[in-house]
Amino acid sequence: MMSDHLLKTIFGRLSFESFPIHEPILLVTFAMVVIGGVGVLAAVTKFRLWGWLWRDWFTTVDHKKIGIMYMILGIIMLLRGFADAMMMRLQQAMAFGGNEGYLNAHHYDQIFTAHGTIMIFFVAIPLVVGLVNYVMPLQIGARDVAFPFLNNFSFWLTVAGALLVMVSLFVGEFSRAGWLNYVPVANLQNSPDVGPDYYLWALQIAGLGTLLSGINMVTTIIKMRAPGMTMMKMPVFCWTALCSNVLVVAIFPILTAAFAMLMMDRYVGTNFFTNDLGGNPMMYWNLVWIWGHPEVYVLVLPVFGIFSEITSTFSGKPLFGYSSMVYATVVITILSFLVWLHHFFTMGSGASVNSFFGIATMVISIPTGAKIFNWLFTMYRGNIRFELPMMWVVAFMLTFTVGGMTGVLLAVPPADFVLHNSLFLVAHFHNVIIGGVVFGLFAGMTYWFPKAFGFRLDPFWGKVSFWGWVVGYWVAWTPIYIVGLMGTTRRVRHFDDPSLQLWFIIAGIGVLIIAVGIAAFLIQIAVSIRNREALRDTTGDPWEGRTLEWSTTSPPPAYNFAFSPVVRGLDAWYDMKDRGHRLPDGGWRPIHMPRNTGAGVILSGLAAVLGFAMVWYIWWLAAVSFVAILAVSIGHTFNYDRDYYIPADEVEKEERPRLVAAGAGA
Amino acid sequence: MSAAALPASDAENPTFYLVEEDDHHHGSGGGTMLGFWIYLMSDALIFATLFATYGVLSTSYAGGPAPRQIFELPLVAVNTALLLFSSITFGMGMIDMEAGRTRAVQLWLGVTALFGLGFLSIELYEFATLIHEGATPQTSAFLSAFFTLVGTHGLHVAVGLIWIAVMLVQVGQRGLSADNKRRLMCLGMFWHLLDVVWIGVFTFVYLLGVLR
Repeated sequence: MMSDHLLKTIFGRLSFESFPIHEPILLVTFAMVVIGGVGVLAAVTKFRLWGWLWRDWFTTVDHKKIGIMYMILGIIMLLRGFADAMMMRLQQAMAFGGNEGYLNAHHYDQIFTAHGTIMIFFVAIPLVVGLVNYVMPLQIGARDVAFPFLNNFSFWLTVAGALLVMVSLFVGEFSRAGWLNYVPVANLQNSPDVGPDYYLWALQIAGLGTLLSGINMVTTIIKMRAPGMTMMKMPVFCWTALCSNVLVVAIFPILTAAFAMLMMDRYVGTNFFTNDLGGNPMMYWNLVWIWGHPEVYVLVLPVFGIFSEITSTFSGKPLFGYSSMVYATVVITILSFLVWLHHFFTMGSGASVNSFFGIATMVISIPTGAKIFNWLFTMYRGNIRFELPMMWVVAFMLTFTVGGMTGVLLAVPPADFVLHNSLFLVAHFHNVIIGGVVFGLFAGMTYWFPKAFGFRLDPFWGKVSFWGWVVGYWVAWTPIYIVGLMGTTRRVRHFDDPSLQLWFIIAGIGVLIIAVGIAAFLIQIAVSIRNREALRDTTGDPWEGRTLEWSTTSPPPAYNFAFSPVVRGLDAWYDMKDRGHRLPDGGWRPIHMPRNTGAGVILSGLAAVLGFAMVWYIWWLAAVSFVAILAVSIGHTFNYDRDYYIPADEVEKEERPRLVAAGAGA
Repeated sequence: MSAAALPASDAENPTFYLVEEDDHHHGSGGGTMLGFWIYLMSDALIFATLFATYGVLSTSYAGGPAPRQIFELPLVAVNTALLLFSSITFGMGMIDMEAGRTRAVQLWLGVTALFGLGFLSIELYEFATLIHEGATPQTSAFLSAFFTLVGTHGLHVAVGLIWIAVMLVQVGQRGLSADNKRRLMCLGMFWHLLDVVWIGVFTFVYLLGVLR
């Protein structure tokens, strides 16, 4: 009895039953993760890479390295999220009539929740933030972001959140309440388990990281542009990054507050979103969707920017309608706040409210359509080089337009009453997120990879990946559109009507084709690393680029630019090349740089411990980690020695080879 | 400022790079102020969300007490005065900071902290009384929203107090260095925002509450 009490004090509600040893699927996964993890750790130890990893990567404040780390995080989590997708597809292809499939309801519900949560928060956001982090400062001719340490801290907070989601796979369970952790399912009364708590702590920690990153990027764009680069001379990608990060700053606090109130409900017993004592579950839905709809644009706006850069570069023309592109982006930013209610027209707010939100939703298609036409007119009479990034652009325009049209269809409230919570809706948002965000991210990764690593990605495996994704998308989601239109609802693990099975089998084949695309992408990276000498980019400008990131070496030096470029107009690098620019030879000056720090890693690690302790009610550990977080943050402010100078002769040593190469070429 | 006027140049001999002066200063001056200001706006949005939730739930008494029965306006008035005075004293400290008077800055920071401490004590006393009377955060959605909104503000004041303590030590160690001045400016913006939020709390929660 006494020892029982002691165990509860030490371990909270964590016990042997918390480990899912009765779930063979999870056991096998766990074994694979352990084997893989031990293998990686052993390799890092064997090759003595810990010091290098810590000094050069984990503690770095260089926006380029942080950007690359975000990309790696996003790709790793993509594999996890995609594994969930394949499991769901397999279950739905099997579970008809007497066949119950291989997943029980408890497990299946966790899988669809984890899939959505991971794909948005730990795949799409890190990949978008990573590209913005890497490219945007280079495009505005800056040496780093406004707050380099904060950038490192933001990244590690995102990692801490991802870690908590991954831990929930093997210790306890994840939420079963859908990717936004909907009440009333996520209320304590209906989910007394740890699932929703894992969700809430993981996303609060990662969300703080995203918010801080947003503040950082907005400040960077406003304050650190190269001389001469007025707002209307910024590359479109920077504009979209600005609008996306303004949205981040404006919406993540709402999500934080909504989650905090749900936490109060679950931990303190308040009645915000409960079904009794005056609580209002629909308040939660409103708040998370006031975050949720603009979030769509947080992801897709930078991707529109990527498409703009690529279309202009590979058509050999300035972007058609630059200012209309900027205005369209800003209009979408504003309108994205006026549409959240279309996610639950069925709430019953009445005809007037529903028509307002329905019309506002349809209005968004106008600036978006303007963008599509701008890209088409950029290509029109352009000298198009149909390389891999450009192929992604065309696939995007074809796929995304269909997604946009089904979106407008769903925006009609009476239609939505029929299609709400149907698989038609699920097909719609996968259509815009895969066809828009994912295609754009692959386009961007292919386009900027040579800048980041100094060699191109292998085009053959890139094309295999491209066709796998594009064909796979259509084979996987067209059947879902069809069964959705026929009335099949979402989040269902077993069907009675055998006539539907064919469609789900086709969808399952589609997801296998996408798997080929993902595998080809990984092979592409391996092959490119092996053949890097043949794929080497010695010029720093492999695609005949038009913006400033191509004016420095590939990969750029730590300080990006030895001298700040002076900007005259749009497409600054094209303009410089056009006027016969020369690199300065001499006049080197020491460069002021921020120092690396481990505070971000330590604080985020402590945040993950705090989250874990709170999930399991291990109060002593929560208190200790909380005090430690306070102590480390305050301790960090006592470190005033945060910068150093790269001496002028080192800058010269770094720049000399390029000058020699340029001289030899001339 | 980054988008400054271009160096003089002509079409034949254009300037491609800024070779004269260093344009990039990390984390100093305007960048930090702007960044912190944006952070404050995001913080204000957390309060906006809590206000909105309070607005929706403010009459969901669920058989529990209504504002008129539990709010004690005289106490809240004293608290409001304490917080408003603390903003004035912080402002006095900033004037001394501009003049470079280290001792005076420390003194005013101390006075500000005392006002803040008084505010927090009265708020905790108010909460304790309410809970003692049975008006707990669990009683009704109205009280959940009330305690969370006012408590979040109180939590910010507590963070401000810790920050003031840290700044007292750092100003003591390094005087009014450029870094410390910048930090004091940020702390000032933070502290004044809490005032602004409190005015909202006082008006919408307390005054409108007892009117109802």
